[in-house]
Amino acid sequence: MKTILEIENLAVHFPINIGTVRAVEDVSLTLKQGEVMGLVGESGCGKSTLGFSILRLLRPPGRIVKGKMLYHGRDIVQMSEREILSLRGRKIAMIFQDPLTSLNPLFRIDQQFMETLFTHEKRLSKTAAFRRAETMLESLGISPERLLEYPHQLSGGMRQRIMIGMGLILNPDLLIADEPTTSLDVIVEAQFLDLLNELRKKFNLTIILITHNLGNVAQLADRITVMYGGTLVEVGQANAIFDNPLHPYTRGLLSSIPNIKLDQPKLVTMPGSPPDLVNPPPGCVFHPRCPRAMEVCRVERPGVYKCDGRLVSCWLYG
Amino acid sequence: MEELLTVTNLKKYFPLQKGFIDNLFAKKKEFVRAVDNVSFDIKKGEVMGLVGESGCGKTTTGRLTLRLLEPTAGDVMYNQRSIFSYSKKEMQGMREKMQIVFQDPYASLSPRMAIGKAIGHPLVIHSNKNERETKERCLQIMEKVGLSPASFLYKKYPHQLSGGQRQRVVIARALITNPDFVVADEPIAMADVSVRAMLLELMVQLKEEFDLTYLFITHGLATAKYICDRVAIMYLGKIVEIGPLKEVFKNPAHPYTKTLLAAVPVPDPKYRRTHPIPKGEIPSAINPPPGCRFHPRCISAKSTCNVHEPDLVEVGEDHFVACFL
Repeated sequence: MKTILEIENLAVHFPINIGTVRAVEDVSLTLKQGEVMGLVGESGCGKSTLGFSILRLLRPPGRIVKGKMLYHGRDIVQMSEREILSLRGRKIAMIFQDPLTSLNPLFRIDQQFMETLFTHEKRLSKTAAFRRAETMLESLGISPERLLEYPHQLSGGMRQRIMIGMGLILNPDLLIADEPTTSLDVIVEAQFLDLLNELRKKFNLTIILITHNLGNVAQLADRITVMYGGTLVEVGQANAIFDNPLHPYTRGLLSSIPNIKLDQPKLVTMPGSPPDLVNPPPGCVFHPRCPRAMEVCRVERPGVYKCDGRLVSCWLYG
Repeated sequence: MEELLTVTNLKKYFPLQKGFIDNLFAKKKEFVRAVDNVSFDIKKGEVMGLVGESGCGKTTTGRLTLRLLEPTAGDVMYNQRSIFSYSKKEMQGMREKMQIVFQDPYASLSPRMAIGKAIGHPLVIHSNKNERETKERCLQIMEKVGLSPASFLYKKYPHQLSGGQRQRVVIARALITNPDFVVADEPIAMADVSVRAMLLELMVQLKEEFDLTYLFITHGLATAKYICDRVAIMYLGKIVEIGPLKEVFKNPAHPYTKTLLAAVPVPDPKYRRTHPIPKGEIPSAINPPPGCRFHPRCISAKSTCNVHEPDLVEVGEDHFVACFL
């Protein structure tokens, strides 16, 4: 399959008054056309920062200090502001966690769709733009009359569907979904995941699904990238990672989540809490919490090693 | 076993705030029926789960059981006495035995109070211990909830702690007065995935150690499964199903419970959902649908469902369901 995005040794830092937050350190990742990549980790692990840097939407003082991001062979890091503008929305779309803050409360839904369309297709007529918004709403399972309403008149699930519709209206080939279901209730969440699965086939999308919810990832992702403390921990096929997690962090994460379908009498707990990224621990960032930490883990950072068809960043496999 | 808390026909209607002009011409006042005729009991030493989607009234119910809100109708008996019969002063005395852990450990701790002070504060209110005794007790409870070394953390401020530690502070503060009954309102919802399991284990362990009774409010069925003895499923202000946890999870009787159980994302790529997910979302509690409140979304709704309201009927041992099926 064709490679759509190739991230090489990306590092993103936020210099602040007390030091530098190393939000993303040396992350490399390849994305194939048509796949759903689940980007998993806890809050502060750098998963959202990675998502934002792909569109160069980092908030200052955050900046990309190192690395390359090749989108269809062109380096996003080196692009001019003009070039990146033509990419955003048109080729790469992003949807955010909270649809209420991402939609403008003062404009009707159709106006917000048209703004997106007119920004990128200047010659489009108003009627044609409206038509396209209507067709989009139909494929989202929302009645097209709702186009004339304001965001507050829609339910949470509908707003999130509108968001994804706006993302897809320009036919992008890459969709970055940053915790799209976190603000939704369980049933609506299940509906949304079903929709995402449907749209993915219909629009031939490549999706980066950023989430902390392993349940969501299990239902949707083909491959999974696990991040911890700004670094890459493990990358591999979803089935393989769920069946046999290699990295101690992945293993801990998977056994600490309650599974409603299993009889686990006790949850496995991971001691400690995620690291401080201004002063990350020396060596492997996970070593203070790792049950299998060795001498070398405290001193030197592990590289990324190939093992069992996967990439693992751990000395156990080095 | 003896009942610690009995809730009967509890109702809470919040009047809808409208503009002045609207009020002048409005025919009748409108209400949000947050909790509408809810009854259940909690036995001593039990963990009762209150499960439902946002807006179903589970938090309001939790607050009513502690009289943090006054009900529109109904009663809450604590140790066989109505908590609404107490005077304000008596109620304050009662609070020593009835505590709450809130969802958000950022909002429920004062940023300007060192955590040792915050944890010890309930003792200052409820007992006449001197400063040294208060501190001693405080350090003791901090160790118990895993805030160690306690003497080092005692002087820290909330912003210097991690989210998980902060939630431990909130738990310690609730337990320092030696309560019998604790309402835990989504205590782990804000925590990181790897920290959640730890907090859950901590709450189970503390329950044994301090002989506690919990009302555990959560939207996560998978979480409820780990801690609750019994669960009540709420939908739009009503309890639709209540019973022993194992029974409800194994043989869910209400279509809503079935849907909820099916919708929980399962962390297993090989798992495929078999139960269909209904379209639509939870309707407004201002004008709830007539009859059974779930009927517009129910896949097995019959003609009677939109006319009559089903009562809770027993379908198994201690297992009640409000559905005509």
